[in-house]
Amino acid sequence: MKIIILLISISVVVAIVFLIAFLWAMKSGQYEDTYGPSVRMLFDDNIKKDENKTEK
Amino acid sequence: MQTTLPKKPVAEKTYCYHCGDECLFEPILAHEKHFCCEGCKTVYELLQDNGLCDYYELEKTPGLSLKQPKSSEAYEFLDEEVISKKLIDFTDGKTTKVTFYIPAIHCSSCLWLLENLPRLESSVISSRVNFVKKELTIAFQQDNVSLRKIVELLASIGYAPLITLEDEAKEQRKASSPNRKLYAQLGVAGFCFGNTMLLSFPEYLGFDGDEEYLKQFVGYLNFLLALPVVFYSAQDYFVSAFKSLRKKFVNIDVPISLGIAALFLRSTYEVFLGGEAGYFDSLAGLLFFLLIGKWFQSKSYDHLSFERNYTSYFPLAVLKWVDGATRNIPVSDIKKGDILLIRNKELIPADGILISPSASVDYSFVTGESDPVKRTQNDLLYAGGRQRGASIKVLIEKDVSQSYLTQLWNHSSFVKENEEQYQQLINVIARYFTMAVMVLATGAFIFWWQQSPTLAVNAFTAVLIVACPCALALATPFTLGNAMVTMGKAGLYLKNTHIIEKMATINRLVFDKTGTLTYAKDGEVMLGGRYSDDELQAIFSVTGHSTHPLSRKLHEHLSQRFAQKLSVDKFKEIENKGIEAAVNGKAYRIGSPSFCFEEAQVSITEGNVVYLAIDGITRGHFSIRTKTRGGLKQVIQKLGASFKTTLLSGDRSTEQTLMKKVFPDETPMYFNQTPEMKLEYVAACQASGEKVMMLGDGLNDAGALQQADVGMAISEDVASFSPASDAILDAKSFERLPTFLLFARRARQIIFICFGVSFAYNIVGLSFAMTGMLTPLLAAILMPVSSISIVALSTVLVRLVAGRLKLT
Repeated sequence: MKIIILLISISVVVAIVFLIAFLWAMKSGQYEDTYGPSVRMLFDDNIKKDENKTEK
Repeated sequence: MQTTLPKKPVAEKTYCYHCGDECLFEPILAHEKHFCCEGCKTVYELLQDNGLCDYYELEKTPGLSLKQPKSSEAYEFLDEEVISKKLIDFTDGKTTKVTFYIPAIHCSSCLWLLENLPRLESSVISSRVNFVKKELTIAFQQDNVSLRKIVELLASIGYAPLITLEDEAKEQRKASSPNRKLYAQLGVAGFCFGNTMLLSFPEYLGFDGDEEYLKQFVGYLNFLLALPVVFYSAQDYFVSAFKSLRKKFVNIDVPISLGIAALFLRSTYEVFLGGEAGYFDSLAGLLFFLLIGKWFQSKSYDHLSFERNYTSYFPLAVLKWVDGATRNIPVSDIKKGDILLIRNKELIPADGILISPSASVDYSFVTGESDPVKRTQNDLLYAGGRQRGASIKVLIEKDVSQSYLTQLWNHSSFVKENEEQYQQLINVIARYFTMAVMVLATGAFIFWWQQSPTLAVNAFTAVLIVACPCALALATPFTLGNAMVTMGKAGLYLKNTHIIEKMATINRLVFDKTGTLTYAKDGEVMLGGRYSDDELQAIFSVTGHSTHPLSRKLHEHLSQRFAQKLSVDKFKEIENKGIEAAVNGKAYRIGSPSFCFEEAQVSITEGNVVYLAIDGITRGHFSIRTKTRGGLKQVIQKLGASFKTTLLSGDRSTEQTLMKKVFPDETPMYFNQTPEMKLEYVAACQASGEKVMMLGDGLNDAGALQQADVGMAISEDVASFSPASDAILDAKSFERLPTFLLFARRARQIIFICFGVSFAYNIVGLSFAMTGMLTPLLAAILMPVSSISIVALSTVLVRLVAGRLKLT
């Protein structure tokens, strides 16, 4: 059963990796604007410029 | 007008395609769409030319009304290097980065348009919006486009940035949000809590005798996990407790810190020397819940400014007269002896002496009285006045910070004492609570001492642990946090949650009149009769030449519609009668009935009425009256039933009769009040033991707002303009004011209920602790159960009350 000590240690280390990931995300400002990115990804990259030109 | 106006039945309302406002005049029809004004149409055309019409697809009528365009010199000061330097975040000589605060950002269309700025101005390299903070960061090539051009472009599409040169404000903006540390502490506490809980399970389920090494290992690991919780996540509690003790005061953080310390020390002892599991899981859980409460309470309206000082009311730059030419200088650089050129509608930033022959100064900003005052050469002009008419030259007598108006800010009431926080309900309770806990703990210690010293120490620490007022500390933040969010959704924005506690104890309401009970902008103008577009434009042009307050109001009203003045001939202003002029060969007469009609017919209407005759034919009238807020009478009557009320007004008593009808009979009313007198009145009420809430709207109330227990600013445009205050009330929600005050009282009652429940938990816990029966398992169950049930209880109660008061 001594193997469980190793397993627990590994699991704690993995958890710490995620903690660090969280802290990094926070430091890099990912929690500063929680609305912007959610709509930004839905915008079209190509603007209907051509369409307008034919109109004129 | 390039388009012909379609005849529309009056009953049918038309809404602007760009801004969604109701078209007050005949709408402008262009591109098969209706627009309320030229400004909106121009923006639409600009966007269409650049293929940015998706703007209108993302949200309906996302635009912002441009009825009051800024003059072309408005951003002239940005060309001055001294000023632009202060605004720029970063520059390498080619690329410049700048961040603007744009209060108008409100929807995904705004975001989309602003991030597509490079399509409108090719020299803009990138633009990025922070939606929550309402900020726009722009990088542009400074060789090709000036900062002024960028700001003017933003203003022209309706997103005028709010520019401030205050250094503190900028630094505050640049600094990372204060919540970051809290988030990190919360994250660490949550991480340790989860792991410790998992690792403690085997202990609670029971180890076999030959797995002693495992128990040891888990104990050490838990100890390691508890270290960051105690020394990082909990540090604010220790610091706060230490600070308050040094001031010989006991706040709620004192018993919390005691509990944390007791938990940690006892658990450490048990793990290393006693071979037990300790209470590390309870410790981490406790901190995790406490920090969630703190986080909940710290939610605030980041983008609103509650701490505006006088400089934000002043222009950023003024024109200084140097050697026969003008130069833009920042307001902060004004010195005694400078000669400033104040143009039409510009603010006088510091007390000075008039050099020009005459000036007409509007002090509405300071007093609320909007009729301009005539001043002649060598008169002293006070800061805060606005010049109306031709440019004037002023010799500055005092520094900006020393002028009459700004001295208010140096008043003692602006140095709000920190002690305030010690009067919060929770801290009053904490004082007695801590004392009781210490007595009980000592009692248990003495009682068990005879039997066994170990047991005595155990009982002593157990009392401290179980009495740690976690549930008690959570009741306030969750109730007030929930209440604050509810109020925010209904249109009342609070600086912090403690304002609710103060609102609950108010017994006198002091109202400012102009801008608070009546609309800040000029009175409502009603058009009596029908006029063609050309006629309206002629009236607009004629009234532009007059300085009479009624002409001015009419002119400003029509300026929403027209930008260009027609040429006016034979303009004549006859005192006490009216004005006459010829436009396009037609004779216009605007003024009193006897002036416009052959026979004087007097019709009595409320407010001021101006009559109009064209070519000697009576055409109709315009009535201009002060518009009171919707539902004013009902609101005041409701409030009058449970609060004492006072009216303080900066202007003359012309509307006293109107106000008498609104307010209860015994309401004191004071007119001609200077800003200092308002402040002194509030202070006098407080001295006689009253708790005062002041409602005001502007600079002239700033002192009173600060002095009052609760200073509430009423604002038409919440984001961009309100004085320093504790709370900002959206003018649209004015009718809900009595409900808000009632809700605050209910919130306080909810806190009391939660206190009662959490005391019950404490008594149960203490009974175990006193008898020495508190096991780690019991602590690990009792702690989260009490915390979670308190959180649930307060949330449910606040929702319930809000629903009943129809706030949601």
